[in-house]
Amino acid sequence: MDILKFITAGSVDDGKSTLIGRLLYDSDSILADQLEALHSSNRKNDDGSIDLAILTDGLKAEREQGITIDVAYKYFQTDKRKFIIADTPGHIQYTRNMVTGASNANLAIILVDARKGVIEQTIRHSYLVSLLGIQQVVVCINKMDMVEYSEAIYETIVNDYKALAYKVGLKNIKYIPVSALKGDNIVHASSNMKWYEGKSLLPFLESVELDIDDSRAHARFPVQWVVRPQTEELHDYRGYAGRVSSGSFKVNDKVTVLPSGFHSTIEKIEVLDAEPAEAFAGMSVTIHLKDEIDISRGDVLVNTEYLPEVSQLIEADLCWMDTRALDPSLTYFIQHNSKVTRCKIREILYKVNINTLEKEFNEDFKLNDIGRIVIKTAEPLAFDLYQNNKANGGAIIIDSRTNVTVGALMLRAVAE
Amino acid sequence: MSKHQLDYLDELEAEAIYILREVAGQFEKPALLFSGGKDSITLVRLAEKAFRPGKFPFPLVHIDTGHNFIETIEYRDKMINRIGEKLIIGHVQDSIDEGKVVEQKGKNASRNALQTVTLLDTIAKHGFDACIGGARRDEEKARAKERIFSVRDEFGQWDPKRQRPELWNIFNGKIHKGENVRVFPISNWTELDVWNYIRREKIELPSIYFAHEREVITRNGQLMAASPFLNMDDEDIIEKRNVRFRTVGDMTCTAAVESYAYRIDDIIDEISESKISERGARMDDKVSEAAMEDRKKGGYF
Repeated sequence: MDILKFITAGSVDDGKSTLIGRLLYDSDSILADQLEALHSSNRKNDDGSIDLAILTDGLKAEREQGITIDVAYKYFQTDKRKFIIADTPGHIQYTRNMVTGASNANLAIILVDARKGVIEQTIRHSYLVSLLGIQQVVVCINKMDMVEYSEAIYETIVNDYKALAYKVGLKNIKYIPVSALKGDNIVHASSNMKWYEGKSLLPFLESVELDIDDSRAHARFPVQWVVRPQTEELHDYRGYAGRVSSGSFKVNDKVTVLPSGFHSTIEKIEVLDAEPAEAFAGMSVTIHLKDEIDISRGDVLVNTEYLPEVSQLIEADLCWMDTRALDPSLTYFIQHNSKVTRCKIREILYKVNINTLEKEFNEDFKLNDIGRIVIKTAEPLAFDLYQNNKANGGAIIIDSRTNVTVGALMLRAVAE
Repeated sequence: MSKHQLDYLDELEAEAIYILREVAGQFEKPALLFSGGKDSITLVRLAEKAFRPGKFPFPLVHIDTGHNFIETIEYRDKMINRIGEKLIIGHVQDSIDEGKVVEQKGKNASRNALQTVTLLDTIAKHGFDACIGGARRDEEKARAKERIFSVRDEFGQWDPKRQRPELWNIFNGKIHKGENVRVFPISNWTELDVWNYIRREKIELPSIYFAHEREVITRNGQLMAASPFLNMDDEDIIEKRNVRFRTVGDMTCTAAVESYAYRIDDIIDEISESKISERGARMDDKVSEAAMEDRKKGGYF
């Protein structure tokens, strides 16, 4: 059994929390005491039925305001798969939360209100999903019960969305007409929409194939920690501990250490007492090399035949996440996997109006702004282009005054 | 399915090991908070996988309320002996003796709330900048939104509105002096995942997790172990029942469930079919819907 991580994009009005609540409720993923709390709550739908959205509303402040303001994680499983849902807010002022949730998702559910069709926020959500490189998208056309389960309305929205998908560069898209409130096509096939012949949402999520980056071309192993027991019997023991971020490594593979450029060969791969012959994307292991070379945290081992980019001047998409605007005169920290160094934003090339997708050319870069910049780092980064290898192409910016994470970077090209 | 697709337990394990190594790499003085419960026992196993054959780059810290199950303490000492790592104990009794906290009175008195003060004092005394804990997001609604690296201010407070965004697998552990970070490597595990992992790894647990006969009283609809720490009166009727504990906390706030699960397979079957979620057996959460959130803001784990 494997794990599918997905994000839900939509706003309160689209019935996003209701959709998640419905998935949990109809798949019997709610335990008795949680159910009791649900039934005893004062919040009810207009028709008196229980409000499933309560299941995903976490914080008191959110309950008071009746909106989702952060990322809430929910867990459920069926006999086919385990699921982790990142429930993120849909309003524009919470763009950073959606970016955060999207960064770790394999799949995105985009909710469209059948009464409204493709609107500004659909454009925004689709753009962000594309920006963060989520491969698989499910467009749920929700509230079908309020448009009399009309196939014609569904078809119009699907056609409108196809045009948008082309524009933002989304490829693998599944369309499902649903009513989260009534339960149509969520877990069980709807008897109200016999014209829809595809899978319901949950069966689709259970069977969709995950995209795994295990190519040898992307073998990347950021070193987190050097294991050196320095005891008598393990005097010369020196293991490099880390997690394969993408691709795969085998014993006897030739590897290059970056940014230093030293070469060696993998002697042994260890996981406690086991010695697997191969370590692939996602595995936490300890690697031993045949040669004694100076390697420490922040270095990355890569397959010698397939080197990543190494540069101090990088073009990147930036999402700004702090209430204090970007200050190009300041020195920030940049963290890329286990590597931390200082950086400056050298140039703002453009910003994107994420509601219209038009480019804008003004200098200020504020909370939730997204655009293309050029960054200069104090030490070279060994990175892949985000569009080719997400795991080695993302980085964060940290404010050196507050230590807060203020920006998300998708590294796109080596800058001139 | 691709042959390179990790099974879910392997993926959760690899993620937790990754997080533990990030703690080692990013902090000067981390600590692993050990309660004697199955979640922190799981963390110890994960730390072995992360750092052996080296030593752990942190000590274990146990906040002892003085009202623990004897089986937990025995287990703790035996385990420390086996793994050969350092154990630091913070005693709630010391905080009471120093007048920093006042023992609760009345029938439902518990030291559970008091341990927050002892924990913060222990962190300050040793200058810990990161404390690893076994909390999981599936336990409770407020936990569902907590980060894996969760920054606490000088007062140990968690501010849900000022959490750092956590992107990809990049954890920002930079803090100011006086602040510390709570780190939750098994955030993404569910209760069932933990049990399946314990079974797979053949991890030994304190005996109170398994069914046994015990003297209990029924209070607020829940079975509480009869002990000198529980304030009892004539209305409390002690009876022998076959029970086990689903979480291991203070004897005064951890309720038992009726059970005949003597082996781990029985427990997994029982949980798979269970109709009460894990924290449902914790009286401290029942106080109000926002109980956990309020306690976390105050520095509770």
